[in-house]
Amino acid sequence: MAQREGGTVTSSYLHAPGFIAGDRPKIVTSRFEYADSYKIDRFIATGGYQGLRSALSRPAQTVHDDVRSATVLGRGGAGFPAGVKWGLTPQEVWPRYLVVNGDESEPGTYKDRLLMERDPHQLIEGCLIACYAAGLSQCFLYIRGEMAVAQERVAEALNEAYEAGYVGKNILGTNFSVDIVLHWGAGAYVVGEETALIESLEGNRGMPRLKPPFFPAANGLYGQPTIVNNVETLANLPWLMTNGVDAYTAIGTKTSPGTRMVAVSGHVVRPGVYEIVNGTTTFRDLIYGEEFCGGIRNNNALKAFVPGGGSAPWFTSDQLDLPFEGSQVGAAGSMLGSGAIMVMDETTDIPAAALTLTRFYAHESCGKCTPCREGGTWLERILSRIVDGKGTDADLAQLIEVGESICPGDFPHASNEALGLTAVPFPYKMTTICFVGPSAYVPVHSALTLFRSEFEARITKRTMIKVTAVGVSS
Amino acid sequence: MSRLTDAHVALAKEIIGRYPRPKSALVPLLHLAQEQDGYITRDAMVHIGELVGVTSAEVYGTATFYEMFKFEPVGKYVVNICGTMSCALMGSEELMHHAEQRLGIKAGGTTPDGMFTLEHAECQAACTEAPCLQVNYRYRYRLTPADLDELIDDLSADRLTHEIPPHGTVAKVRQHIASHRGVGALAPELVTESPAWLNGKAAL
Repeated sequence: MAQREGGTVTSSYLHAPGFIAGDRPKIVTSRFEYADSYKIDRFIATGGYQGLRSALSRPAQTVHDDVRSATVLGRGGAGFPAGVKWGLTPQEVWPRYLVVNGDESEPGTYKDRLLMERDPHQLIEGCLIACYAAGLSQCFLYIRGEMAVAQERVAEALNEAYEAGYVGKNILGTNFSVDIVLHWGAGAYVVGEETALIESLEGNRGMPRLKPPFFPAANGLYGQPTIVNNVETLANLPWLMTNGVDAYTAIGTKTSPGTRMVAVSGHVVRPGVYEIVNGTTTFRDLIYGEEFCGGIRNNNALKAFVPGGGSAPWFTSDQLDLPFEGSQVGAAGSMLGSGAIMVMDETTDIPAAALTLTRFYAHESCGKCTPCREGGTWLERILSRIVDGKGTDADLAQLIEVGESICPGDFPHASNEALGLTAVPFPYKMTTICFVGPSAYVPVHSALTLFRSEFEARITKRTMIKVTAVGVSS
Repeated sequence: MSRLTDAHVALAKEIIGRYPRPKSALVPLLHLAQEQDGYITRDAMVHIGELVGVTSAEVYGTATFYEMFKFEPVGKYVVNICGTMSCALMGSEELMHHAEQRLGIKAGGTTPDGMFTLEHAECQAACTEAPCLQVNYRYRYRLTPADLDELIDDLSADRLTHEIPPHGTVAKVRQHIASHRGVGALAPELVTESPAWLNGKAAL
């Protein structure tokens, strides 16, 4: 907090807060305890750039093989294994590029910013290892426009790393040469989608491209094979190179090895960002565990939680014992997304909470696909008038009709014993190119499925108002 | 209004030189223009178009997609209060209401003295520290209405200028690649074979 001395205010706001260490294995947050964790001296004194040295001492293909056999899952949202992604580039098409997705902006998500602000050299080392292993000629590190301090920390770290010979021409005296170019955005959530990110990096409006043909691995930046990796994914690579595949896979489970950064926010006692053991830690551990959030504020009851960022269908206490593991959470009707849990206690106004998310996605629609551009706005307007107590009986059916024009067919949702619901597994079908449109419907569908009576109560209130011969009475 | 200054043109050329295609530098150059004038002027867009080799309409097309770019003057301090779920659950609506009363403007407005612009923002990646806001993209966390009053007092008296630059400047540190260290932009037509380190034996 701010310290007042004389007429000026010195503050510690430059150090991004929120990380809670705990006594658990650390792969990407091992330096967070140091105040100068972002400086090259601290980085090198704590094993920094050893992973790069280890990688450069071996043929690139074996480094790629290690990333593949360690099953380093993408931490941006889709959870696709990085080693497999790198292998999807067509043979003998050069150059190939690396684009780093540091455009973190999914509601509830707070981890990449911490990794960039607190340990930028670890990310740079990860980029270098990826470029070496997959034969990528130039790297573009795209940081969200609003993240001023992250941009400063990465710029400063890149300047240090260039100076010290870790980035640029003939890295560590070898024939490995690669530039890492810092790029920064200007405020657009949709740019977090990989093809929109590439459009933006080409200097255009950040609208997603149609896949096929624009799968980035085959046809990405400037039409060339392009690997797009998330910040946290790349931050895993230095530790993996230094400690080896066996040490990496010894943490977590077979399908979800290693650790994950998870931000838990909302109505909990100790909201925070935690590096958790992947695949085994349950939602109950995270929300109620003493080493994590320590329960719901004021000992209130849990009403619902969003398990994987604003785009993820909601869970209730019925799903608390699920582990943080992609396939199980998917079968249960949601997704892990970008590692963001938002907790709602019994005091939460559910239609209003859903509106904050639907408004977000409606606002962030790029306008390319009609179902999202029109549908998102419709959803927001209808939901908004329900929240304002002006909803009509037709509105609930209308919400679902609009939602089904974005996502036809069964929409994923969780099971619920009290309501007699069985789960519909993730994912959904969609009539849009990217996930922004469906994401506007997710909170509407979850809230309506699990808490329909709260919507009906709002509408009933209005229909009870009767116009009489002498005026309005209730 | 204003084209980029000579110093900014030199900087713009350095930035353009890092990309295989000049147009990729568009967003960074628009930031540079906004840093210079506090918002994006028409002349700056024309000038940027000349620098990267596209029409000013293309520059305008790109610029208007992105929320951070302003096309008319805004306050010295742009206050963005987050209203997305985690912040909403922790009282951001009350905070916004308080800010509107304190500053005497509605979200989207600018105070008559040109000091403050107030905006409703979407998720700022500080969800565990809700409710949060940014002033010219510098964070404040877990704010109460009283904290907000104190912040506005400090900003009004220019007590935070060392930490919070005037609107337009985002990062205060820039990347610089020394010519003897950099590889240079690798455009598709410049690279026809696999990188050296993939050919033959290992690098180290």
